[in-house]
Amino acid sequence: MAEPAKSRTISVEINGDRYEREVPARRLLIHFLRDDLQLTGTHIGCDTGNCGACTISLDGEAVKSCMLLAVQADGATITTVEGLDSNGKLSALQQAFSDTHALQCGFCTPGMLMSATVLLGENPSPSEEEIRVALQGNICRCTGYWNIIEAVQLAAKGGGA
Amino acid sequence: MTSVETTPETSAAPTLEREFIGQSVPRKEDRRLLQGQGVFADDIKRWGMGYIHFVRSPHAHAKIVSIDVTKALELKGVYGTLTGDEVAIQTDPFFQIASEPGAHVQDYALAVGKVRYAGEPVVAVVAETRELARDVSELVEVEYEPLPVVVDARLALDPETPLLHEECGTNRSWSGDYEWGDLDAAFAEADHVVRIKELHFDRFNSTPLELNAALVEYNRGTGQWTMHSNNQFPGFAAIMMGPALRVGLDKLRIVTQDIGGGFGNKITSHPQLTACCLLARKLNRPVQWTEWRTEFHQSMSHGNERWFHDVEVAVKSDGTLLGFRCKALDDAGAYLRYEPLGGVIWSQVTPGLYRWRNIRIEFTQVMTNKAPVSPNRGYSRMQHLWLTERIIDIVAAELGFDPIEIRKLNYIKPEQMPYETPNGCVYDSGDYPRALDLALELIGHDALVERRADAESRGLLLGFGVGSTLDSGTNNFAQSQLINPELQFSGNNEVAMVKLDILGEVVVTLGTAPQGQGHETTAAQVVADIIGCSPDDVTVRVGHDSYWNTHAGFSGTYASQFAVTGLGAVKGAADELAGQMQKLASMVFGCGPDDIELAEGHARIAGNPEAALPFMALGAIVNAGNAGFAEDPPPLNARYVFRPAFDVPDQETKFGNLTLTYATQIHACVIEVDPETGYYEIVDYAVVDDCGSRVNPKIVEGQVMGATAHAIGAAIWETFAYDEEGNLLTPNFYDYHVPHALDMPPLKTGAIESPSPFTPLGTKGMGEGGGAGIHAVCAAIQDALRQAGKPIVCDSHNPYHRVWSMLQDPGATRANVEVHSK
Repeated sequence: MAEPAKSRTISVEINGDRYEREVPARRLLIHFLRDDLQLTGTHIGCDTGNCGACTISLDGEAVKSCMLLAVQADGATITTVEGLDSNGKLSALQQAFSDTHALQCGFCTPGMLMSATVLLGENPSPSEEEIRVALQGNICRCTGYWNIIEAVQLAAKGGGA
Repeated sequence: MTSVETTPETSAAPTLEREFIGQSVPRKEDRRLLQGQGVFADDIKRWGMGYIHFVRSPHAHAKIVSIDVTKALELKGVYGTLTGDEVAIQTDPFFQIASEPGAHVQDYALAVGKVRYAGEPVVAVVAETRELARDVSELVEVEYEPLPVVVDARLALDPETPLLHEECGTNRSWSGDYEWGDLDAAFAEADHVVRIKELHFDRFNSTPLELNAALVEYNRGTGQWTMHSNNQFPGFAAIMMGPALRVGLDKLRIVTQDIGGGFGNKITSHPQLTACCLLARKLNRPVQWTEWRTEFHQSMSHGNERWFHDVEVAVKSDGTLLGFRCKALDDAGAYLRYEPLGGVIWSQVTPGLYRWRNIRIEFTQVMTNKAPVSPNRGYSRMQHLWLTERIIDIVAAELGFDPIEIRKLNYIKPEQMPYETPNGCVYDSGDYPRALDLALELIGHDALVERRADAESRGLLLGFGVGSTLDSGTNNFAQSQLINPELQFSGNNEVAMVKLDILGEVVVTLGTAPQGQGHETTAAQVVADIIGCSPDDVTVRVGHDSYWNTHAGFSGTYASQFAVTGLGAVKGAADELAGQMQKLASMVFGCGPDDIELAEGHARIAGNPEAALPFMALGAIVNAGNAGFAEDPPPLNARYVFRPAFDVPDQETKFGNLTLTYATQIHACVIEVDPETGYYEIVDYAVVDDCGSRVNPKIVEGQVMGATAHAIGAAIWETFAYDEEGNLLTPNFYDYHVPHALDMPPLKTGAIESPSPFTPLGTKGMGEGGGAGIHAVCAAIQDALRQAGKPIVCDSHNPYHRVWSMLQDPGATRANVEVHSK
């Protein structure tokens, strides 16, 4: 039997750019983003998939990029926090986070933004409970979540993410 | 969420015209953080860098018999290792704050000779990739000879108990008796004496989401290290690391940028940073270290666990509290990384919010085979304030007083401010009854009877509780001399530099290391008001840099002080710069400096719109067009050190002012308990904060919310639980449950402002919150269970199963309390 491949070339579209890279088979998607592509906006806050700081949008779904291998993303279309603004103009959700003081240290913020962006894409006017459910996989240690929920509500009122 | 603002009833006469100070201007930090462009420690990379992974002890207490790194070093891509033997040769043990016997603790960057807690770093390996470094750590062979362990602090001083640090001859790190007033007279005068045998404040910490990390480079030519890290108190780290590495502090450049939360937990990373330094030098390459979540939980900065024994409270028949005495037993864990400072820092708030004048605490701190403790939001005062709030609620329950009325009866009165406490601390300002009334109004206390009946109709027990706390800020470091008279630390300082550059840019540098507190924004607000421009025109450099930004000995971000020390320094420097700008403009216009006003980005002669120099012209003149002046023009560059006026407290009587400001937080909550299961929910929550004059109310409210969330987490879910062998049972976010979005109750916030008469801007340090939520939840549980056998809440951490136990056997906790009445 042939030895399993130790690396593989993958092709992914991230924030509108196409990347083809050879990656070690064991490399996590989060490390591929952060270390290989320098997309350091996506963060790591735990070893176990609990904290959600590494949340990205993968083919339109909010996923934790520490729970996937980079090779599993082959062929996928990904958006990270770096892809949310339009030529430097903050998205409505990003602006709402600032307006409501929904971030302090800013470490969980990229993951929060991605979870909430995916939510508002699927459900443009979520209830407070739906927002809480959508964000339950994202830990924030600074804000207590109240202002984050308010930010998502504010963005929804303004017409979406 | 509801927010209530009330205007101050009294106000220190502000001399500064405030256009931006006091406004919730949007944060300057937000844009980069929202775009994923913040730079956190793990984001920084260097060519050829090696990744560090620590090999950690699986035992809580064991002798290290042998270490063999041969197999690890054989692997391709492994750059090197570091062991305790090397560390012991190349460094001196870290300086100890403790006097006898803790002074003898030998603490190094890696375990030397033996390990004292599970998770202690024993060997460091460095490899080409993160993955390889972790893999290769499995190839390091360490032989241990396990030793008996001590996990329960109450057993630490038994003669049978093994010693952690043989050099100390005991597991006691420090002890001291504190006594103020006349205890005998107070107990003689008392109509009731309430005795509580044992109370326990649980072990947890704030678990910032970003883990400790550093990128460390060594310059062989100059012998200087650069550490890009997220250490939140670089001044302290440098003092610890310099002597250990046998270098002057100028060889240690510590740089911080964005920090993903700290809460005190990122103060004591100096052992790991020292290991990084040794490796960068040994391997002659940059090294990168980022902690794993499990490593943080196992080894970093647990909050002080504390027992209170033989609590006795002297109470008059009308509910007047005369005083109390008890023994406090603090569990420092295995090493003294910031300890035993916790042994004195609690005394910043000795009487809590109350007027009792007679207090005695026999304080003992011991070492156990658990992770070392270090500052954690509310550090050491939270434990003590929990004690005072527990005393109030237990006394009220046992003697039949209303918890609100007994608080109001005993609160220090607003007209007594500034108030000198029995141990000589000076509470600067505050209005506790008014803050409590506002909290009661926010939570709808009037309707409590109806709500109780409604809950009952649904088969639930309703409980109401209050937690009233102080956030003491701006330490007088001379309090360390009460722990160790040999120490030379005293006072406090922070520094700022404000300059006007050639193109008219206003640039501020600070010694602080913020972790989300919005220093760039609030510093810009202060500067803008003083020199007459918009905060948008002010650039505040991100973070600490001990080579290129100004800094002082106590520089850092810790202990609720930025609004006083940091902004005091910013104000001082901006005032000086404003004077220089007026002077320069007066030299240009040939008028007196007092004729010049600074407004709208210009220095101009008041009443003469033609005679106006834009900031750019001022900057250009000094920096690039300075010929023709008869005398030197001012440099447009001002550095100011803010130094609060403190004296050294008396060591015999332990009397003196330990902190400059005292912010108030009153929390109130309503809970509903299911009597069948012990499950409970917080159904309503209100917080009132009084931190004096607020520079940016939204930032203040944000920190109030954060402190509330931490307290709720600690009250219900968060605990560092150990088994009998010293294994941590909650080493990750599966087992250590921090609050999630679904866990948070509805919240109402309110604010009053009692400006501090002692600070340049009337501000007070804030943000720690004194654990008020823990106290409020404990009180609410005890209130709810009044109807179910009246158990007493004796622990700060009350998960559902503990409430269930209280419901099953209320007598077990009732046996903990006795009342003796005359």
